[in-house]
Amino acid sequence: MNAILTEIISILYYALIAFLVVLIIYNMIKTKDWKKEIVYVIILIPFLLRLFMLK
Amino acid sequence: MDRKDIIRKSLIGVAGLVVMTVAGISFYQHRHYKEEVVISDQVQVKKLADYFPELSGSVNDCNIYMVEGSEPGATIMVLAGSHPEEPAGRLAGWILVEQAKMQKGRLIVVLSTNRSGTTVTRPSGAYPQLYTIPTAWGGQKFRMGDRWTNPLDQWPDPEVYIHYPSRQNLAYMDIRNLNRAWPGRANGTLTERTTFAFMNLIKQEKVDVVIDLHEAELQYPVINTIVTHEKGQDLATMASMTLTDFEGFSIGTEFSPVNLHGLSHREIGDNSDAISLLLEAPEPFLDATRGITGEKQLLEGKDAFVVKAGKHGLLYAPIDENGWPIATRVGRHTSTVLQILQSWNEFHPEKEIVCEGVPKYKELIEKGVGAFLIDPKTVDKGKVIFE
Ligand SMILES: [Zn+2]
Repeated sequence: MNAILTEIISILYYALIAFLVVLIIYNMIKTKDWKKEIVYVIILIPFLLRLFMLK
Repeated sequence: MDRKDIIRKSLIGVAGLVVMTVAGISFYQHRHYKEEVVISDQVQVKKLADYFPELSGSVNDCNIYMVEGSEPGATIMVLAGSHPEEPAGRLAGWILVEQAKMQKGRLIVVLSTNRSGTTVTRPSGAYPQLYTIPTAWGGQKFRMGDRWTNPLDQWPDPEVYIHYPSRQNLAYMDIRNLNRAWPGRANGTLTERTTFAFMNLIKQEKVDVVIDLHEAELQYPVINTIVTHEKGQDLATMASMTLTDFEGFSIGTEFSPVNLHGLSHREIGDNSDAISLLLEAPEPFLDATRGITGEKQLLEGKDAFVVKAGKHGLLYAPIDENGWPIATRVGRHTSTVLQILQSWNEFHPEKEIVCEGVPKYKELIEKGVGAFLIDPKTVDKGKVIFE
């Protein structure tokens, strides 16, 4: 029971990351400010590394 | 969005992707780096999943090295890598596996007790991913690890970690700390399933003594000591007295607190017939006030900031400009393990364990750790095992 619950929470966690990745990319495309574009890309890196299970 | 915007956004995006790819490749290579272990004819290699099949195929299905003598005797198990950011324990384990020649009894060695923790370093810690022990044949590389199970293998953490079965409340991240997850459970987290498998191993193989190898920051009060379960008080006290008298270094004894749960020195002793002991060597790399956390500091144990902390009376172990080199720390562990075997024999002459070939403290300081690592290129392929 415990293991299954943990598994479900883990999957939800990755779904949450994927959602945030989409959100960050959307904002990066929408913004007109190049400084914000850089910030969005920097923020995106750790989320992508986690989504691809690299770190 | 005009053409100019598209070009700018694309360039920034590609730059980010390049950074991510470079970082990703280095993380991937660290996680999948294969450390080599050379085994003799006396060594039989089993897997942890042999004692708990549900662990099969998981990152924590580690190797179990069984070094067996021709004559029967006691079974002693050495756990290295419970905390993979404490390298002296793993290196001492490597020397035991590659050098031990058992006359009597059986030595069981685990080099990656929490294998998942060996595949990651502390986030924002700027740790080296690999470190090299110099040898006459060019050096051997090892993975630096973390104190906790890799978040890729067990995540997320809860608000509070409630230890099973004591229900003691512990810090949230310690749900991934293998030395807070004993005795574990079959349907728990990866870390709990790992300790559960080890408990099965200890019972099935009728292990007499478990020795868990650790290192600690100098600002931590439990250091340069043998922590013992009450069943091992005579053994630990005898070993620490003999070491302090004859080996040229001092080591104390501490008793495992009865109400502190999840630790190997408490739970293995409580939940099996084995005596459980835990050894702590000093690792300035772990101190909060240390300088650069590079490979040099890791191996030489020299740190001006930690020395300064010592001058302010903030440390529980001495340190000067000579630091705590890795050979000294590994030597403390090998000598203490050998002395525990010796002291065991004094208490149990009917069930002895006799081990030869393992270098002690003085020999390690004189020749260095690398002198006792075997070149994998000089042996048969079948004699090289990967961690
Ligand atoms: Zn430790």
